[in-house]
Amino acid sequence: MGKNNVEIKEKKPLRPRFKRFFKDFKNQWELQSMIIPGLIFMIIFSYIPMYGLLIAFKQYTALDTFSTAPWVGLKNFQIIMTDKFFWEAMVNTVAISLMKLAIGFIAPIILAIMIYELHDGPIKRFMQTISYLPHFLSWIVLGGMLITWFSTTGLLNQTLMAVGLMDNPQNYLLDAGKYWWIATLSDIWKEVGWGTILYLAVMSKIDPTYYEAAKIDGASRLKQIWHITIPSMKYIINLNLILAVSGIFGSNFDQTLVLMNTQNQEKAEVLSTYVYRIGMTQGDFSYATAVGLGMSIVSLILLVGAHKVTKRLNEGQSVL
Amino acid sequence: MAGKVVKGDLDSRIFNFINMSLLIIFTFIIIIPIWNVIVSSFSSGRSLAEGGFVFWPQEFSMENYRAVFRDETIWQAFFISVAKTVIGASTHVLFCAMVAYAYSKQNLRGRKLYSALGIITLFFSGGMIPTYLLIKSLGLLNSFWVYIIPALFSFFDVIILMNFFRNVPKSLEDSAKIDGAGDWRIFWSIYLPLSKPALATIALFNGVGQWNDFITTKLYITDQALYPLQMKIYEIIVQSQTNTMQNIGGSVVIETTARGVQLATIVITTLPIILIYPLLQRHFISGMMLGAVKE
Repeated sequence: MGKNNVEIKEKKPLRPRFKRFFKDFKNQWELQSMIIPGLIFMIIFSYIPMYGLLIAFKQYTALDTFSTAPWVGLKNFQIIMTDKFFWEAMVNTVAISLMKLAIGFIAPIILAIMIYELHDGPIKRFMQTISYLPHFLSWIVLGGMLITWFSTTGLLNQTLMAVGLMDNPQNYLLDAGKYWWIATLSDIWKEVGWGTILYLAVMSKIDPTYYEAAKIDGASRLKQIWHITIPSMKYIINLNLILAVSGIFGSNFDQTLVLMNTQNQEKAEVLSTYVYRIGMTQGDFSYATAVGLGMSIVSLILLVGAHKVTKRLNEGQSVL
Repeated sequence: MAGKVVKGDLDSRIFNFINMSLLIIFTFIIIIPIWNVIVSSFSSGRSLAEGGFVFWPQEFSMENYRAVFRDETIWQAFFISVAKTVIGASTHVLFCAMVAYAYSKQNLRGRKLYSALGIITLFFSGGMIPTYLLIKSLGLLNSFWVYIIPALFSFFDVIILMNFFRNVPKSLEDSAKIDGAGDWRIFWSIYLPLSKPALATIALFNGVGQWNDFITTKLYITDQALYPLQMKIYEIIVQSQTNTMQNIGGSVVIETTARGVQLATIVITTLPIILIYPLLQRHFISGMMLGAVKE
């Protein structure tokens, strides 16, 4: 038997493998029938749009179909280079993202450590509950709230005037110079508590004997945090950093759309809303796609780059 | 587990005091703005325009809410929001679970190829315009199903469910197989009932996502009858920004500023989220752990 099989394999190497594949496939038709809808879904809703990215190299207008639109090569990408509005949006995107990264990345770590240092009990649970809540507000809802808080009769002006820090109320959202801060701080307000969950989960697994030993050695609470708590979170901090860095060109779409107005547009427009404006409002599909494609390629490069850097810092251990 | 009770020495007591004080300030920074919005929504238009209150309205009034509910389209928007949330979340979780069940089987033929197909979708996508053109050519523009069909599947959720399914005891499945049950049957009567916590987590998160989703409407829907609550708020915001004192619908009392209506709509839209929040909270910590933390 065994000998025969080998001989057949040597003569026609592919047929038995195919045959076996189809036989297995038929035997597990139930399993395959469960996964095939998922594959069809991905082909339609992920891979067809990826193929559709080709219109970035075409001149696609509402009059053309995908196949009749003429190829223009890299022309759309050349236009990007001299497009003043694109670079404005680029600067805003990078600036806002870097501010969010600088403050918004560290804030949840600090908050998580502070919550972790509380004694277990209702106060701790209450604070956690409150801190997660803003995450579940949509940006549209939060945007509406922000407009109220920042209006001339809103909460912020009232507070600042009551404390005596200000004499005349102003509408902060109409002040383009303040927009980057508003975008950054409101995002942190929304997400800082939610960002603590993973850190708290990791911290709950730290062996308490470390702290006991440190205490016997006379280490202060801050020293314990620095030498025990933070090193224990190295892995998850790295992972979050990679994801945050690769998201620098990412969306902010909802937030920008709801907070942007004619007064602050030059500082508020980000790449995703720019793609929306030229693609959906002005109908220049090809150019908008070129901008979007450029954006996701740079994001991918950042992801790989950040992964490489943290890998080196991590003594060659991959985080992803 | 956590909470290392370190009492006694001075260093520790100072630390605890400062830590607690900062956390109390933090809690206020979260609560006061939210409370202020709720209070403002119960203010009369006049006192909203004047300002001068933080914790309690100067002039308590229901006029904002009356104005919101006088607008019949708000009920329609509420209905659309509920429908897309309930239908969207339940179909999403069932569809993902079905696919995840197949992915969780090591002996699945073609598994490597299928996994590669899925992982690529996590890192790369066609983006806004090609997706819009696809939705358009599928005839989903201005259709309720654009809320449901493109949101059916997420490979990320499949990974989470797949990891959960791997922990279902093999013996149950083996004995069912001896009794002649096929994969569909095993999936339906063993895996689904045993995975209720994971399914509930995914469904809740997806439901919140659907409830809060606004981009889908903004991109694909122009028919006002299909607007969900989030889009209603957005419209009110845009309208009130161009003209703060504009009347809504013309028949509304003059003092009702657009801002009051905006705030009342915001509170109404957020209320369901607040109501299911205790349920959510019970699930999301375990939910985050399911997918994200590698040990």
